[in-house]
Amino acid sequence: MTSIELRDVQKYFGSLQVIKDMNLKIEDGEFIVLLGQSGCGKTTTLRAIAGLETIDTGDILIDGKPVQDLKCSDRDIAMVFQSFSLYPHMTVFENIAFPLRATRMSKTDTDRRVREIAQVLRITDLLDKRPSALSGGDMQRVAIGRALVRRPKAMLMDEPIGALDAKLREEMRAEIKRLHLKQGSTTIYVTHDQIEAMSLADRIVIMHEGRLQQVGSPTEVYSRPANLFVAQFVGSPVMNVAPVEVESSGGSIHVGVGGASRFEFPATLLAQLDTADVRTNELALGVRPEGVLVSRDEKNGYFPVEAHLIEPLGSYDIVDLRVGDQILRARTRSGYIERAGARVYARIDPSQTHFFDTSSGDSLGIRL
Amino acid sequence: MAAVTTSTERTLNKLAIAGVLIVTLIFLAPIYWIASTAFKPRNLSTTIPPTVVFTPEVSPFVKLFTKRSQLRSPPTPEEYAAAPWWERMVFDGGEKVVRDGKGNVQWSGYPSRFMNSLIVATISTILAVGMGTLTAYGFSRFKVKGEGDLLFFILSTRMLPPVVVAIPMFLMYRTFGLNDTHIGLIILYTAFNLSFSVWLMKGFMDEIPKEYEEAALVDGYTRMQAFFKVVLPEAATGIAATAVFCFITAWNEYAFALIMTNRRAQTAPPFIPSQVGSGLPDWTVIAAGTLLFLLPVAIFTFLLRNHLLRGVTFGAIRK
Repeated sequence: MTSIELRDVQKYFGSLQVIKDMNLKIEDGEFIVLLGQSGCGKTTTLRAIAGLETIDTGDILIDGKPVQDLKCSDRDIAMVFQSFSLYPHMTVFENIAFPLRATRMSKTDTDRRVREIAQVLRITDLLDKRPSALSGGDMQRVAIGRALVRRPKAMLMDEPIGALDAKLREEMRAEIKRLHLKQGSTTIYVTHDQIEAMSLADRIVIMHEGRLQQVGSPTEVYSRPANLFVAQFVGSPVMNVAPVEVESSGGSIHVGVGGASRFEFPATLLAQLDTADVRTNELALGVRPEGVLVSRDEKNGYFPVEAHLIEPLGSYDIVDLRVGDQILRARTRSGYIERAGARVYARIDPSQTHFFDTSSGDSLGIRL
Repeated sequence: MAAVTTSTERTLNKLAIAGVLIVTLIFLAPIYWIASTAFKPRNLSTTIPPTVVFTPEVSPFVKLFTKRSQLRSPPTPEEYAAAPWWERMVFDGGEKVVRDGKGNVQWSGYPSRFMNSLIVATISTILAVGMGTLTAYGFSRFKVKGEGDLLFFILSTRMLPPVVVAIPMFLMYRTFGLNDTHIGLIILYTAFNLSFSVWLMKGFMDEIPKEYEEAALVDGYTRMQAFFKVVLPEAATGIAATAVFCFITAWNEYAFALIMTNRRAQTAPPFIPSQVGSGLPDWTVIAAGTLLFLLPVAIFTFLLRNHLLRGVTFGAIRK
């Protein structure tokens, strides 16, 4: 049983604050992904939990006990590094046995534990080899083995598959998921790759410039982004965000995008906007490409637009639509629009839209 | 890369090999000269033109290790017959081996000078490399206030030719009673080599990713254990290369050894040429002494050659 908690954690590098007011509680057995761009403080947070960085103020608690003043060797936490950090002068066996030797475990027990973990990771036949003789994926397995063998309280992973090529990354992603399900250890995983985050996490923690932006399940952060940063960081292709004007006339609500097109929205929008109390010139609409509906034929509620650019991605196409002076990206089925420059019709699905206050960047929490 | 070579490239290759061979011969010539002189009879050592073909003998080595005096009259046939084979060689050269009252052979000064060289060079190398490695690790891994200035200061100790400080050093040593002591020379050579050792090891330490230690720290080891179990084995190449250079410097040092020592702690370099001045110089003995003096460095370098080759090219390629 291991829970980890960060309370009001602040960390400075010189005058630069890299972690700002970090508060986070990680439950036992949870798989948490810290997601953010490089330099957002996610790796520093992880290293602070491991004990490789000191924090300036705040508490880090493992199972309720503050550990911020403990050395990393006393925190009973394992870590997998992006560079794998396998000791080049040791064989795979010695690498995996290394953390056990620190605990002065007997030779027979060490041997048994190493072989057990090697079997789980399917690297038994590599035990006598040196790290330099291994492929990237196998190095990664050994690194995970070295972290797991001690049965640590928690497992920290710093972009563990970032150095692998795309295909191997996908394989290892599945393997990490499988291992987590099997071992059930509390895991904190750092990545800048949102697909990795979405596919692995129980909860995703999104960070930006040292500040925690949103914590939630993959579905939550995808479908209910807390602010513009999260909205545009999570999801590929990125969410369309455009300044909008809201007009009401004769009981119906129209949302103007790009100065020209007016999309019809449910009347409840107005009341929700009133509650949100946002200035009209600071209102932005966000909609994911799948929320922009495209038709080749004229339909009720659809506006004529120009298909500006088509990106065929195999299973679907991403079409850039010119809507007034804005570009909205829409997701269509593969080959639906045959050529760029064609005149098509578009509508925004109100149930898939988000409204943001551009001055603060926060979502207004409007659901239609 | 495909191994396609044109005839021009092949010719250039052959020329390059020939060039390397010529340079190698030029470098080996003095070593050959010393080695051949060490096995020559005395009368062939200074002939013009030089004698190339001769029957090698070990008399120079016998003379090197024994204390001898000039014979006033040739030995009697009984004396000659009773002498062991090596003593006869000395008789043949018109000298005799000096014995004490009990008839024990008196050694020359060479073996003790050689031992002094070994002791001083080995201990000063261990100290310089050991302290240099720790210092370099500190500079490489921790935030040290004024790091650049400190490193420059360490390097600046090499900016003067060492002999410039010979007189002040001599006076200091005399005051502290360090003249003609092993410890004096060891301190001196350690100080000489330390700056070099720190800088060289800093380069090697910087090349060792700090994730290795961090992994060891997280794996439950202390900083010190991580240093010995992970950093040191990784730095072996650098340590070997640095040790060879430090050993060679200490082993070959002449000027300070000449000034600071005269008997008890004298090393081989000032001793060997001192043999030139006594009577007619016996070049074969000097050559024998020099040849033996070359061996430890040659053996040391040979043993560490694999590390050394990696060591001098280390850091050239980013992994």
